[in-house]
Amino acid sequence: MNKSREVIFGLYDDEEDLMDAIKVANKDHLDIYDVYTPFPVHGLDPILGLEESRLHIAGFIYGAIGTLTAFLGMTWIFTQDWPIIFGGKPYWSVPAFIPITFELTVLFSAIGMVVTFYTVCGLGPGVQNPILHDRITDDKFCIAFDTHDISSADAEKFLKATGATEISNKII
Amino acid sequence: MSATVSPLREPLVQGNKSYHDITEDLISPTEQAPGAAWLTIFGISAVLAGVMVFCIVWTVWHGIGTWDLNRTIGWGWDITNFVWWIGIGHAGTLISAILLLFRQKWRTGVNRAAEAMTIFAVMCAGLYPLIHMGRIWLAIFIFPYPNTRGSLWPNFNSPLLWDVFAISTYFTVSILFWYTGLVPDFATMRDRASGIRKRIYGFLSFGWTGSAKHWQRWEALSLVLAGLATPLVLSVHTIVSFDFATSVIPGWHTTIFPPYFVAGAVFSGFAMVQTLMLITRKLLSLENYITIGHIESMNKVILVTGTIVGVAYLTELFIAWYSGYIYEQFAFFNRAVGPYYWSYFGMMFCNVVSPQLFWSGKLRRNIWVTFFMSIFINIGMWFERFVIIATTLARDYLPSSWSYYVPTWVEIGIFVGSIGFFGVLYLLFTRVAPVVAVAEIKSILKSSGDQYLAGHTHHHDGIIDDYQEAEAQGKVYDAHHHAHSEHH
Repeated sequence: MNKSREVIFGLYDDEEDLMDAIKVANKDHLDIYDVYTPFPVHGLDPILGLEESRLHIAGFIYGAIGTLTAFLGMTWIFTQDWPIIFGGKPYWSVPAFIPITFELTVLFSAIGMVVTFYTVCGLGPGVQNPILHDRITDDKFCIAFDTHDISSADAEKFLKATGATEISNKII
Repeated sequence: MSATVSPLREPLVQGNKSYHDITEDLISPTEQAPGAAWLTIFGISAVLAGVMVFCIVWTVWHGIGTWDLNRTIGWGWDITNFVWWIGIGHAGTLISAILLLFRQKWRTGVNRAAEAMTIFAVMCAGLYPLIHMGRIWLAIFIFPYPNTRGSLWPNFNSPLLWDVFAISTYFTVSILFWYTGLVPDFATMRDRASGIRKRIYGFLSFGWTGSAKHWQRWEALSLVLAGLATPLVLSVHTIVSFDFATSVIPGWHTTIFPPYFVAGAVFSGFAMVQTLMLITRKLLSLENYITIGHIESMNKVILVTGTIVGVAYLTELFIAWYSGYIYEQFAFFNRAVGPYYWSYFGMMFCNVVSPQLFWSGKLRRNIWVTFFMSIFINIGMWFERFVIIATTLARDYLPSSWSYYVPTWVEIGIFVGSIGFFGVLYLLFTRVAPVVAVAEIKSILKSSGDQYLAGHTHHHDGIIDDYQEAEAQGKVYDAHHHAHSEHH
């Protein structure tokens, strides 16, 4: 969100009203800027045309990095850097490396995914994103239009027709 | 494709709540000055936490000679307490991760507080190995970092080092999971607040807006973190049990330890969740969100895991006899009728016998029975660890080294104080964050709110009217929640 834009938005009282409205918008080929809800509404993603998140792929990659870091690290340390015999076992005692390898896989994957999540969402400590309305995080469901995509009059007409209980605009 | 909720399912949210009611009920406790009950419990906890700090400073200053450990009893109350706390720390992740994967909706009422409990319990647990090192300022040596001593690395083949990795990973992942769940709720608090409070929660909520794409990623993240945390939580207590199982001490050197420890951890963790939930729901008036149904579900978990633990105790006894190995046989004989017979009896009674009361549905739904039972189990599980550790070490291979161990005031002070420390953290948490996950409760309202569930007339007198009204407005679960079942 580099440049400022004007959004016109409507608040709905129920997620069913919101979903019905989005379906109408889809039928009328209206370009929705974003939808905001107080909790994850199931069934919203397909009608908004949101593709499945690829976070789990990132998680797998981070996890694989963790696996390799732990296993290769311990291998290098115990075979190259400072080989020590513990309890008459071979230097490269693979079964004993499994617990730490597992833990670092989980650790890398979890930290990596969480950092990726906040980064791609543009969220983080101290980030101030524009808040359209104070009750969106409480009990209101919001559809917002960018006035570059749709005229204010059309957006207002749509929001009124689909049962928005409050309509307003804001420059963000 | 349309999933119907069975009329046998109990509502998880009672009192005919709207979304806004949920926000009000769950967040307003953090917006008011604390009551007398909170202040009293907080005061007591703070004093105990002070005792803990004093005893830890005493230990560090004078060395662990101030404890009554000796040869052969090198592990006493400290490691008992460590295992006890880490076991308690297992319920939070179990509730938030495993129950999420199993799609158990009742988790939403208790997951937030249980995760907080996990984090605080792991903090208490982590203290014990650290102070047991004696020279706590050298604790950094346990981590593999390039150093000027060689580099000299820790022993990666040692279960004690695996513990370091397991517990620090568990702690980190629990915090990430917990905080990511808290961010949308912090945003709700931010949008209700003003002034400095708004700035603080604005910072904590990371700029959360509730955008549909963010929610989608948030759910994806929660699901994968749950998938990671599930094997993680099982691995942590497995590795803790390796501390014992990989040794050659009779009574410890058994392959049953990992599943037995994990079941015991879940058992004790749920008992602690019950203790905390029963107090919390009363203090913060959350009876509509943490219902008798939630309590009963947790009691069922307690019954199952308690019985698993009981089977493990009996299996150990049988295998000790069946092995034909006299040292193993002696170890178990000594546990049951040796000098610490009272702790073995306490363990058997509290963990195996008493939970059997929960076969009765009436007792499972009784708050006082549940509360006393949860305390019993907490005590019983402490005894279990004491039995395994001190009893076993007190009678080793050489009768000339046999001895008896009683804790000093320092050890008792650290343990009792750590309960206070835990209480301080938990009570502070109830003041700064909603103890029930606000957004998650809202997401199950339509499928589990009492006004949307027919057939529960005994919970709410006007429910039939409410239901008909809801039906007239087209807000009945059946008609609308098809999207939910479709999604999964």
